[in-house]
Amino acid sequence: MCLTHARKARSIVQLSVLTSITGVLVLVWILELLRRQQLREKYAALWLGIGLVVAPLGFFPRLLDSTARRLGVASGVSLVLFAGFLLVLLVCVHLSWETSRLEAETRTLAEDVAMMRAHLAEHHDFPIARTGNGAIDPEVKA
Amino acid sequence: MIDGKRVLIILPAWNEADGLPKILREIQQKLPGVDTLVVDDGSTDSTAAVAAAYGSKVAQLPYNLGVGGAMRFGYRYAHLHDYDVAIQCDADGQHDPAYVPALLEKLRSEADLVIGARFAGEGSYKVRGPRAWAMKLLSVVLSRVAKTRLTDTTSGFKACNKPMIEFFSHWYPVEYLGDTIESMVGAARCGFVIRQVPVAMRERTTGTPSASPIKATIYLARAGLVLLLALIRRMPANVKAIEPATRTAARRPELIGKV
Repeated sequence: MCLTHARKARSIVQLSVLTSITGVLVLVWILELLRRQQLREKYAALWLGIGLVVAPLGFFPRLLDSTARRLGVASGVSLVLFAGFLLVLLVCVHLSWETSRLEAETRTLAEDVAMMRAHLAEHHDFPIARTGNGAIDPEVKA
Repeated sequence: MIDGKRVLIILPAWNEADGLPKILREIQQKLPGVDTLVVDDGSTDSTAAVAAAYGSKVAQLPYNLGVGGAMRFGYRYAHLHDYDVAIQCDADGQHDPAYVPALLEKLRSEADLVIGARFAGEGSYKVRGPRAWAMKLLSVVLSRVAKTRLTDTTSGFKACNKPMIEFFSHWYPVEYLGDTIESMVGAARCGFVIRQVPVAMRERTTGTPSASPIKATIYLARAGLVLLLALIRRMPANVKAIEPATRTAARRPELIGKV
């Protein structure tokens, strides 16, 4: 009885080491990306928030046990796993939405560039790029 | 100009330098006074230069946007340059410009969007297997949505009047099959009148059609998905506000053929 209890306690300590190191690394990485201005503010806020929640949970994995039990989840670790999955899913959907929007924007830009080039080619002798080989002679080809 | 209307034939072209001279010459001979716009969809050959050499207007997209993207550009161009009619036509020569007057007549008398349809009596275009089922499904559903018999919903030979051009310049689906199926569903849902005119298709002068049954089955699935999305998607308010010419004409009959 006593022995199993000790083993359980040791495994929890091991888990804490793993999660706390991961939590700190994630937080440091996010801060570093922010410092180098690689993340836009809206994403920065999101990931920073996540980092700040994840880091203390890393040190004390049992922190959410009581909340988990109240929600009908067996342990705090399971609750974090579930919440984490949900969060990643939402972020993925958000990124799909964001790329769709970006694609629509770059498409419009590409069209506008073509529109202006067509106008310049027609009225201001803007050259039309020749990518193929050989001369083009309408009389010979027709 | 045809009957006092400025008509633009839009030819989306991707590496069509070989096929373009023939179709452009033919359009100039059979339809004098009509403008052509070749939309060079990121070609790696001399498509744009050939088109310009043959007297067509040319627009070069900086990178490949697909047929739908090229057509959306074409409608934006037609709207910006205030054309009365825009006609979509393939650059590979399978659409005969001799049918354009028939499309224009239908457009003038009773429609906002006219489709040049294969299988509608003229010509000898045959399809079998899953691709035929897909076409059947599309034809049945679209006929219901448009409240008219449509036999060839994926045809790339279409004519639009001015309000239809405005509509498509603001809203045109660019994804695969969206440019044919969804664009039509959207137009019909917003009250535009769609009609078809039978046309015969010619052999392509360049390129070959795909015939693999696996590809045809994937095509069927994608067509079904596009159709479903097209039926449930919400149309933007600014697009819904565009009034079809047929509705204007119904209210004021003296304007028939003038809008």
